[in-house]
Amino acid sequence: MARFVVRRLLSMVLVLFAISILTFLIFQAIPNGDPAVRMAGRLATPEQIAQIRQSWGFDDPIWQQYLTTMGKIFSGDVVSYTQQLNVLDQIKQALPATLSLSIGAGIIWLFFGVLFGLISAIKAGRFTDRALTVLALVGVSTPVFLLGAVALYFLAFKLTIFPNGGYVPLTDDPVDWLYHLILPWCVLSVLFIGVYSRVLRSNVLDTMSEDYVRTARAKGISERRVMVRHVLRNSMIPIISLWSLDFAAVIGGGAILTESVFNLQGVGQYAADSIQQLDVPPVLVVVMLGAFAVVILSALTDVIFAFLDPRIRLTG
Amino acid sequence: MAIDPATPDTTGTGAIREAGGDVPAAVGPDGRPAAGIGPYRLGLRRLRRNKVALAFGALFLVIVVLCLAAPLYADHVAHTGPNDNHVTEQVTVRGEQKDVVSPAGLPIGPTWQGRFLLGADQNGRDLAVRLLYGGRNSLQVGFVATLITMVLATIVGICAGYFRGAVDGVLARILDLIWAYPVVLLGIALGTSLALGGITIGPLELSGNSLYVPAAIIGIVYIPYVAKPIRGQVLGLREKEFVDAARVQGASSLHIMSREILPNVASTLIVFLPLMVANAILLEAALSYLGAGIQPPNPSWGTMISDGIRLIPSAIHLTFVPGAMLVLAVLGINVFGDGVRDALDPRARVRISAAREEKISDEAMEATVEH
Repeated sequence: MARFVVRRLLSMVLVLFAISILTFLIFQAIPNGDPAVRMAGRLATPEQIAQIRQSWGFDDPIWQQYLTTMGKIFSGDVVSYTQQLNVLDQIKQALPATLSLSIGAGIIWLFFGVLFGLISAIKAGRFTDRALTVLALVGVSTPVFLLGAVALYFLAFKLTIFPNGGYVPLTDDPVDWLYHLILPWCVLSVLFIGVYSRVLRSNVLDTMSEDYVRTARAKGISERRVMVRHVLRNSMIPIISLWSLDFAAVIGGGAILTESVFNLQGVGQYAADSIQQLDVPPVLVVVMLGAFAVVILSALTDVIFAFLDPRIRLTG
Repeated sequence: MAIDPATPDTTGTGAIREAGGDVPAAVGPDGRPAAGIGPYRLGLRRLRRNKVALAFGALFLVIVVLCLAAPLYADHVAHTGPNDNHVTEQVTVRGEQKDVVSPAGLPIGPTWQGRFLLGADQNGRDLAVRLLYGGRNSLQVGFVATLITMVLATIVGICAGYFRGAVDGVLARILDLIWAYPVVLLGIALGTSLALGGITIGPLELSGNSLYVPAAIIGIVYIPYVAKPIRGQVLGLREKEFVDAARVQGASSLHIMSREILPNVASTLIVFLPLMVANAILLEAALSYLGAGIQPPNPSWGTMISDGIRLIPSAIHLTFVPGAMLVLAVLGINVFGDGVRDALDPRARVRISAAREEKISDEAMEATVEH
């Protein structure tokens, strides 16, 4: 068990290291992307550019620039190129919006994904199942920014039931916070509900053909109890590991589209704005944060499952 | 974005309609599979009975054909190109002269006639023409990206699973790397940087506004989704007797991988194909929405939607028209892909029949499909 955890941790560190290098290289390799030229502005003299280049260390060899940037990130005083604001402070400001969005949506999509998947499996082959299948596929086929924009147009602009985007901190006004988040939550959840209900449906159908389910039925346990205690419980394992991955991705900037449609000023939107300005430090930090969340949560799920289910330990 | 790599076949609709296992021609009188019917023939037969999947597949095909015919429509019906501005012009709609773009900047809505069938955009460009040309670009990116994903993922997956050891270690780490990297962020980071300067890889030179830039990015991003399940399958296949048999006959690794293993993972690849096309088209739209995909003035469904969203209160048709087309195309291929998956994956049939507690002779059929 300990060896399994150590091995998982080591590969996690390796992946994070590689991701930081890759991100750095992507932006360093850009032609016309010289940050000094852009920072100096349009009317800069070559001397000014040279000076910026020297004071920011853009003349150093690339590995040294990488080390300097990483050092700054870990000491907490990394500064963006364009506005020269502390990146970690900016992320701290954006994080509440992203966390509010992802936690709420995560709960919604898990609940409805499981509910619809279970109904679909119980009614397999009947009309309800087919209707839910079509709905799920429509949800999977609709881009989140299109859904968000259309929802805003009808529900915020035409009918004025919901506010037209924006984020209100929970500490300012809990009711307004909720009011502003309902629409983003629902829109972000649609895709995931589609995916999860399909996955759960086939998991449940798989589990229902297992011998232990037949045994449970043969013992005379009520159908409801068989479904909940035996079938659903076992079908949930892959769903939970999928959920932890998706949830981590959403926290780490994966909700970028939802955030920009609803103007939530979250971490994803911050990253998108920075990318458009070719601002390396914020992008580096957000990407690493996102990868960090994905890697840690998936390692954590692996370890928890290995603890719960010895079969995974042996094969993993 | 949200496909589980470990379970390629989990998003199943189930070929519910035929859950009774009634494919009479495939099963001989004694319940054994009739001789001479291959798994793909069987799959095709099952697919042919799934009318819903076929109808949606046809819908996708119609959209592809319409988009391919874009120049014909532009020349003979609309008499304008996808990037031609008509801001200052007027158009006659049912005997009435109307501005293409009103002095206030509002573009004309659908006219339901040859010129400006679906209206114009804020630059006075014919929306229907742009829709078809944009579809060409979106579909082309989708197909090229899928081709890149499938080819590379097959090579990586088979090599990792066949050689195991150090090769697998290195390849698996690379896949983990792409896997852990936030998909959309990786896409826009690469897209933005490449859109600025283009890239030169050996003899290949891509300019920043080339369609192949987003196609290559999307193709690479999705490799782990296909490579991981292939690798898992190959790990099991390499221990099978027919691989041993080939090996003792002196077959080279290349021969075993291409002639013995590849045909056995082909059905997995076929199942992934439509799914990946759908995902690639969606990711292209997302990247274009964030300005990191297809570069203007080239139209694509994604760029058209993102242009339209800016004008959504005054001209909803600019969002709605390309949006509806995109959803229809992706939905079409998704439902069709679902049907293909059911047709080729006999387990889905077994599952459903077990759930309904019906006895069918599907085990026999499963045996044929798994070689």
